[in-house]
Amino acid sequence: MADLSSNFLGIKSPNPFWLASAPPTDKAYNVERAFKAGWGGVVWKTLGEEGPPVVNVNGPRYGAIHGPDRRLLGLNNIELITDRPLEVNLREMTEVKKKWPDRALIASIMVPCEEEAWKAILPRVEETGCDGIELNFGCPHGMSERGMGAAVGQVPEYIEMVVRWCKQYTRMPVITKLTPNITDVRKPARAAKSGGTDAVSLINTINSIVSVDLDTFAPNPSIDGRGSHGGYCGPAVKPIALNMVAEIARDAETRGLPISGIGGITTWRDAAEFIALGCGNVQVCTAAMTYGFKVVQEMISGLSDWMDSRGFRSIEDFRGMAVPNVTDWQYLNLNYITKAQIDQDLCIKCGRCHIACEDTSHQAITSMVDGVRHFEVIDEECVGCNLCVNVCPVENCIDMVPMLSGVDPRTKTPVQPDYANWTTHPNNPMAKVAAE
Amino acid sequence: MGSMDSGIRDVRAGRLASSEYSEVFSDLHPPLSRHEAFVESDRCYFCYDAPCMNACPTGIDIPLFIREIAAGNPTGSAKTILSENILGGMCARVCPTETLCEQACVREVAEGKPVKIGLLQRYATDYLMENGQHPFTRAAPTGKSVAVVGAGPAGLSAAHRLAMHGHDVTIFEARPKAGGLNEYGIAAYKSVDDFAQKELDFILEIGGITIQNDKALGRDISLDALRAGFDAVFLGVGLPGVNELGLDGEDAAGCIDAVDYISVLRQSNDLSEIAVGRDVVVIGGGMTAIDVAVQTKLLGAENVIIAYRRGPESMNASEFEQELALKNGVIIRHWLQPRALTRNERGEVCGITLDYTTMNDGRLETTGESVTLASDQIFKAIGQMPAEKILAEAGMALSRGRISVDEERRTSIPGIWAGGDCIAGGQDLTVAGVQDGKLAAESIHRALSMQPEKVSGFAEAVIASNSEPATTSAQHTANPGHISG
Repeated sequence: MADLSSNFLGIKSPNPFWLASAPPTDKAYNVERAFKAGWGGVVWKTLGEEGPPVVNVNGPRYGAIHGPDRRLLGLNNIELITDRPLEVNLREMTEVKKKWPDRALIASIMVPCEEEAWKAILPRVEETGCDGIELNFGCPHGMSERGMGAAVGQVPEYIEMVVRWCKQYTRMPVITKLTPNITDVRKPARAAKSGGTDAVSLINTINSIVSVDLDTFAPNPSIDGRGSHGGYCGPAVKPIALNMVAEIARDAETRGLPISGIGGITTWRDAAEFIALGCGNVQVCTAAMTYGFKVVQEMISGLSDWMDSRGFRSIEDFRGMAVPNVTDWQYLNLNYITKAQIDQDLCIKCGRCHIACEDTSHQAITSMVDGVRHFEVIDEECVGCNLCVNVCPVENCIDMVPMLSGVDPRTKTPVQPDYANWTTHPNNPMAKVAAE
Repeated sequence: MGSMDSGIRDVRAGRLASSEYSEVFSDLHPPLSRHEAFVESDRCYFCYDAPCMNACPTGIDIPLFIREIAAGNPTGSAKTILSENILGGMCARVCPTETLCEQACVREVAEGKPVKIGLLQRYATDYLMENGQHPFTRAAPTGKSVAVVGAGPAGLSAAHRLAMHGHDVTIFEARPKAGGLNEYGIAAYKSVDDFAQKELDFILEIGGITIQNDKALGRDISLDALRAGFDAVFLGVGLPGVNELGLDGEDAAGCIDAVDYISVLRQSNDLSEIAVGRDVVVIGGGMTAIDVAVQTKLLGAENVIIAYRRGPESMNASEFEQELALKNGVIIRHWLQPRALTRNERGEVCGITLDYTTMNDGRLETTGESVTLASDQIFKAIGQMPAEKILAEAGMALSRGRISVDEERRTSIPGIWAGGDCIAGGQDLTVAGVQDGKLAAESIHRALSMQPEKVSGFAEAVIASNSEPATTSAQHTANPGHISG
């Protein structure tokens, strides 16, 4: 039986599934329900500075993208940080941590970009007995208009500065939460590292307008006829998050920096993928907000059963195993040739592979052979692009089969068994000449 | 049972509590809700050169109309359907989809669960008919007039398409109401809420169509008169006769034409007034046999037996229809052929003796054994007959009593087209009749467009169009070009 226990920056939790800082972690009531359901830890909803708390809109705070059966694919929110008084949150955090000593409790913090503000709040947070802090440099709406959240996360120098203050004024581990609303996520990650952060967590939500009401011409969610961009999350953002995690995991300057993976994690498989790309643990929000806290039970059993099937005994056994396989395009093997192959027994003759290839790609799939509806790959035309595999509604019906030897019928050139990439390709004007 | 011994037939109206009728005769397939339609439409793979579309006799672009539903455009979806099949609403209810589009659906092949094309078609057409305007507009008047005989699916389809092309159409209908089998023949649970008349009203919104009811060919109107008075004639006269059992006493009370009974049932405003026997025997193996059997069962008959002289594979009723009968408690007995009717003192039919049959060297033979079934009502549902006499007298080429037509639905008589159940080689389906009417209308339009000044003699133009299509006809394809928003 696999051991799912997690030790992230010395913060122990019975499993690597934490709830991300968000509405589900705004109150003791919710957090205790989460712990009862089995969550390994929570990042408490972001605390602001002392004084009158922020206010939220009282109209809709969420918008969503749905599949035809109302499956929620993407969620967008315009809710701000906690709108409860600081002291109430701190008191509840203290009580919850005492009651649930084996669970991770992290305080998410967002105060103005001034040293005094951070200096003031950190000791009070530390008093709660929580296990660490997460700096919210990601929130893309509302707070960023006030110079906080993503407004900090978009300026690497600010990140470095604030992280440095935090490391100076608290002994707690510091996790820097990054915004995806930047062009190169490596820059803020490097800055956080320079400031001394113990870890980064990503991604926060993505600037978004989920839809426009075509009756009122207002963006959704609409507050009295007007809308503001929100932060996008849920299953739809996972590919973006995976890439950003991988960029940091393989960057020479940030390699080895602990990462808490966030972004559309819905099942154990998503979590395993983030961990395979180097994450020490994962944070979840939308899945819980869609289905309730019980989803963690599927994540726990799924990850455990998969690890058993692969012989992994702990999270560390497979963590980061996909990182070496993420590379730049220029290093991909240009001698690697695949051809699509359609399993005629599985084919249901919908013809989607044909029309996708015929209309939009390489005219490499038949629709009719000897007067009969028949879909077959024409190796002479197939470039191995995989589009047919992606559009085929039947799993495993179309396979990309590597050509290991012989002559590629498309290029009429022999298959080269050795690895060769763009850097040495004759068509590359910048090609490096192999040393004699 | 027992009625045969006493000879007293138990035939009564009102076997059910009056509140029960609307429930037992409710919609066979309830319509999809908006959400159900979204979910179901997402199951469509939008196949290339879709098999369902090729299986549809009217060639509706099924993947497109389903995608339009999925994209929240049921109006556009309905236009896609109606542009090929103006009776798309009724066809959505009565088409044997399990042997047409849904049988061809790749998901039927893959998982035995086809996309519910019929129900999706109903969703879209219902939406448009309830919320929208008639989606087609008439072309400028051509000054040409066309007579359509029969206001069934074929005739209405032809009339709509002709009217759309700007011709004036007069429909002559033998019955007091238009609609043909949609109004008089189809089982009540397939066309609830007077849908046939609603659809008729919808079709007539195109304008340019006049219906003259109670005008039967051979009784009130003649082919010669129609040819003289109109630029073209379309015959969609169906099958007005009913095949006979050929047994003594079949004209007596207790032996009933299934088609007549169903039409009375369909026209009834109060089903509790329809008399039904306690023991019912239906002779036949087609859709009509199933329809009358199921409906008598629903009316409260205790025992309903369909007796068919061959095996289940030979029944014209689809597998789905046979199952429907069984689900409703009808008993289907195969290999039984009527031999004699039993009559009581009053001369009424109260039983039937049937011979057991078997196949011997491809020939149906009786085995020598027989069975006698008591019955309060015996329904004849062994097929309908064409109006052979009238048509033959007009000099029209027939094939086994039905009208011979070419692929454009032209008869052997210049200026006369035909379609629906009255033509040879037809499928006896509503949807096939609609396609006949559409094809004939396009052919008529081509003929009339080529000879705009000539009333008589346009048949020569038809012949000419066969050898060399004129440029004027090129723009008139099977797709109507007059869809409006």
